[in-house]
Amino acid sequence: MNLPSVTERLTKNRFLLDEEQGHIEVNQEIARATGTGKAIVACCPAHVYTEEPDGTISVEYAACLECGTCLAVAAPGALKWHYPRGGFGVQFREG
Amino acid sequence: MTEPAEPDFEVIVIGAGVAGCVAAYQLARQGHSVLLIERGEAPGSKNLSGGVLYSRGIQQVFPGFLDQAPVERRITRNYINFLNGDSSVAIDYKDARLADPVNAVTVLRAKLDPWLAAQCEEAGALLMPGVRVDRVLTEQGTVVGVQAGDDELRCKVVVAADGVNSFIAKEAGLRQKEPLNHLAVGVKSVISLPRETIEARFNLTGDEGAAFAVVGDCTEGVGGGGFLYTNIDSLSAGIVVRLDDLTAKEKVVTDIFDHFLQHRFIAPYLEGGELLEYGCHLVAEGGLHMIGEIVTDGMVVVGDAAGLTLNTGLTVRGMDLAAGSAVAAAEAIGAALDAKDTSKAGLAGYRDKLFASYVGQDMKTYARAPSFLEVERMYKQYGELLANVLYGAFNLDTQPREHLVKVARKSLARSPLKMRQLIRDGIAGARAL
Repeated sequence: MNLPSVTERLTKNRFLLDEEQGHIEVNQEIARATGTGKAIVACCPAHVYTEEPDGTISVEYAACLECGTCLAVAAPGALKWHYPRGGFGVQFREG
Repeated sequence: MTEPAEPDFEVIVIGAGVAGCVAAYQLARQGHSVLLIERGEAPGSKNLSGGVLYSRGIQQVFPGFLDQAPVERRITRNYINFLNGDSSVAIDYKDARLADPVNAVTVLRAKLDPWLAAQCEEAGALLMPGVRVDRVLTEQGTVVGVQAGDDELRCKVVVAADGVNSFIAKEAGLRQKEPLNHLAVGVKSVISLPRETIEARFNLTGDEGAAFAVVGDCTEGVGGGGFLYTNIDSLSAGIVVRLDDLTAKEKVVTDIFDHFLQHRFIAPYLEGGELLEYGCHLVAEGGLHMIGEIVTDGMVVVGDAAGLTLNTGLTVRGMDLAAGSAVAAAEAIGAALDAKDTSKAGLAGYRDKLFASYVGQDMKTYARAPSFLEVERMYKQYGELLANVLYGAFNLDTQPREHLVKVARKSLARSPLKMRQLIRDGIAGARAL
């Protein structure tokens, strides 16, 4: 089986994007100081987080699969993460 | 003084997964007014599981479950696989008794959960999809309802069935942030294949199904495992890796997943398949030690939200425990409503019933499993040792043969494993599992 990239894989999913509100916020300072930045880049199955050349963490919340792994590994204060508003976000058709 | 507001419902259930639906169904059947709130656009749309549901418990709730619910295949083949880089040793357990009566089925939650929620509606519960509960309403420390956006809905009992992240249980102070060795992340692809291909590849007929549990190189030595489950015309292929080990080894989770899918002994099963969906899910791995407070004034916590999952090495369970906890909760809530006491003391029967049932009993029986499964040697060295012993037996290289015991002893001597570790792990394994 040809292995599609994570981005290509995500295109198979159905997402209802909340254009008005993101649901993820990184505190760059704490993320950098605690190593949370690198940890959430590595543990997110959807590649929501990217470390930019300047060391900041950018967030592509539209790709989020809402597992909560990032929040589990994040140091206190480094990450604000909650579920998207009702009806928004990933909508599994298989599950 | 103002009178307490009249409740809108007797019970509000947060989350229409297995636990939430079973609780709502049981309570509605008892004649209580029940609101079932789901944040996905439809039940199941936020829910994902590896895919094996041990179904005997849920069959007691829904006697027509196997015939009516959209289940995939009935598991008659369990394949337990030590997978190394270029060798593989497995126990291939097939048993017709597992099909009669049916013991386990594969499911796809976006298909199953709408059926479960429909049973709740038929029993009289009100389903409200597309609504995220933001927080519970409390008065003098008692939960009296939920807030969703600008709406406040009041009730006598809230059932927190909001999954492994349970913001609701955390906010109510019932759960703290979990240590990372209590959590794992599951990553899964659903891959479509013609049903004849699946049946030929996995040696199945009709609606028989196979469940592969894989340990070793498939996770690049990170604590956890891989799985391969057969659905009717698709496969669920995934890994589950413990977060403490994943972060300590600084591995990228998607690299591990790709490594599994491309493994020379896994890839042939997936050959020619087309990706249908890519998903992931956080998994509670703490076992008994993760169950904290599950009852407070006006609220109970069920299913994943209560930390009720169980990895015994052979079976990986969650949905059956979710159903069992919901049955216990519904009984206790019904009794509390009848007695007009929904305080923590009034609802305390939930915990008693939970621990009297298979759910609590099994959580106790396997209380040592999580720490046993943290033994590093499980994920690399044991699989290699097994393969080396077999290689010694099968590799007839024209050298004089040695008895198997001697081959095994030599293999052990060459491996980084020590005899005393083998003995210690053997005893610990026997006790834990």
